[in-house]
Amino acid sequence: MSILVLAEHDNQSLKPATLNTITAASQIGGDVHLLVAGFECQTVITQATKVAGVSKVLSADNAVYEHQLAENIAKLVVELAQGYSHILAPATTTGKNTLPRVAALLDVAQLSDVIKVESADTFVRPIYAGNAIATVKSSDSVKVITVRATGFDAAAEEGGDAQTEVLSQVIASEKSRFVSEQLAESDRPELTAASVVISGGRGMGSGDNFKLLDGIADKLGAAIGASRAAVDAGFVPNDLQVGQTGKTVAPELYIAVGISGAIQHLAGMKDSKVIVAINKDEDAPIFQVADYGLVADLFDAVPELEKSL
Amino acid sequence: MKVLVSVKRVIDYNVKVRVKADHSAVDLTNVKMSMNPFCEIAVEEAIRLKEKGVADEVVVVSVGSKSCQETLRTALALGADRAIQVETEDGLDSLSVAKLLAGVAKDEAADLIIMGKQSIDSDNNQTGQMVAALLDYPQATFASEVIVENGEAKVTREIDGGLQTLAITLPAVVTTDLRLNEPRFASLPNIMKAKKKPLDVKTPADFGVEVGSNVSIVSVTPPPERAAGIKVGSVSELVDKLKNEAKVVS
Repeated sequence: MSILVLAEHDNQSLKPATLNTITAASQIGGDVHLLVAGFECQTVITQATKVAGVSKVLSADNAVYEHQLAENIAKLVVELAQGYSHILAPATTTGKNTLPRVAALLDVAQLSDVIKVESADTFVRPIYAGNAIATVKSSDSVKVITVRATGFDAAAEEGGDAQTEVLSQVIASEKSRFVSEQLAESDRPELTAASVVISGGRGMGSGDNFKLLDGIADKLGAAIGASRAAVDAGFVPNDLQVGQTGKTVAPELYIAVGISGAIQHLAGMKDSKVIVAINKDEDAPIFQVADYGLVADLFDAVPELEKSL
Repeated sequence: MKVLVSVKRVIDYNVKVRVKADHSAVDLTNVKMSMNPFCEIAVEEAIRLKEKGVADEVVVVSVGSKSCQETLRTALALGADRAIQVETEDGLDSLSVAKLLAGVAKDEAADLIIMGKQSIDSDNNQTGQMVAALLDYPQATFASEVIVENGEAKVTREIDGGLQTLAITLPAVVTTDLRLNEPRFASLPNIMKAKKKPLDVKTPADFGVEVGSNVSIVSVTPPPERAAGIKVGSVSELVDKLKNEAKVVS
């Protein structure tokens, strides 16, 4: 029994969510093969061969895979699918985009956002914005699964010694083409992988006020996040959004500033180890999940917190 | 151009769900149901395409029991021209729903299929991609902007690091993200008019689709409760707790 994992990368480095997905694959049991499809991505392939637990790296390095369009990656995976009992990808926007396409082409169901492996055919996943946890059993011949990174520890980046197999298939998509990309620049740790996250909500009042969080983020090595209200108000770009429709995080420490704590926001952060809420409304629902709540005006509390760290 | 929009009837997003005592499922009796928020955005986008003169007809489709006709009427009241219900009482997985929607899309010869990116009940985020795969159409998921011109759709997508723009040849499938638009409300006269708009009822057999699921639910449980927290009186007390009690700050 072998398991195929789709690597998440940007042609330069392997994304951390891949490492969590490899851990999930190892828990299912069997040889773990990693597919790296991209363009001029030799450094990613080299990185991939060293990851502990990976026995083989399949490399598809061609211009047609540069932007990992769902149409051609899905067909490539389907060509490789024979011989694999499980096909996994991280539940990132790339994995979510491609894998259901793979599943439909293989005529099997897909299990999304799995947080726990019970056995080779039984998995645990949150439903209803994380307000219920479902254990599901699949009788499909191939299990197609996206993995929620925060549910699994990262596999060690060193210690593996996988062989590389170069794939020669070139599957181009004639119906879909890449036009452009606008990526947000950030020196901070990646939101989904950070051990500390500080998020602002509507209570921040403006985009400029988000600078108030910078000092604390610098001192704690934290990533900055936001609620949907803050994104919709134009305070910060949408890729900072934490919640059911944004990113799911589970850091050691999550600090929610000026966030009321709607169900949809909690879905993205309530598995954090320690939650701190700073809000002037003492009835805000965020206080029901916060380990430490401070009822105070954030414009007083945040600078004071920064000073005392 | 004909636009097909799929809508799903789900538990209202403001309702706090309860898990049944026997852990078989979430309790849906006497709970407020509504159109899935991402589907509302899909309907709105289709109507805007019609208002711009890009689309000639907007057809809405829903798969499920008779009660989803209510959701279809809502979409008609918002401006859709016609509705199709594919009636089934079974709990279907995304693949079965995708097969039925692909069948409807083929019958209707729709040029553009707009769907929500995920339903807030099962949180799967699969059906749109599956419909695209079954029809061998290109897809643009998580759309925050859609421009249709010259037989293709230019779609800006919300991806993890920012935004990405793709051009896909029609016919194609687009799934909506939250920031695509702000859905309108149905006016009372339009709600009345919607009652007279056509609503066809079909069955899975009409599309030769055998529905079911290879995925069975073993149990549904409430998430683990977080231990009750405390309220601190000051920033210095907060820092002290984080350093000495939670030990998450050094």
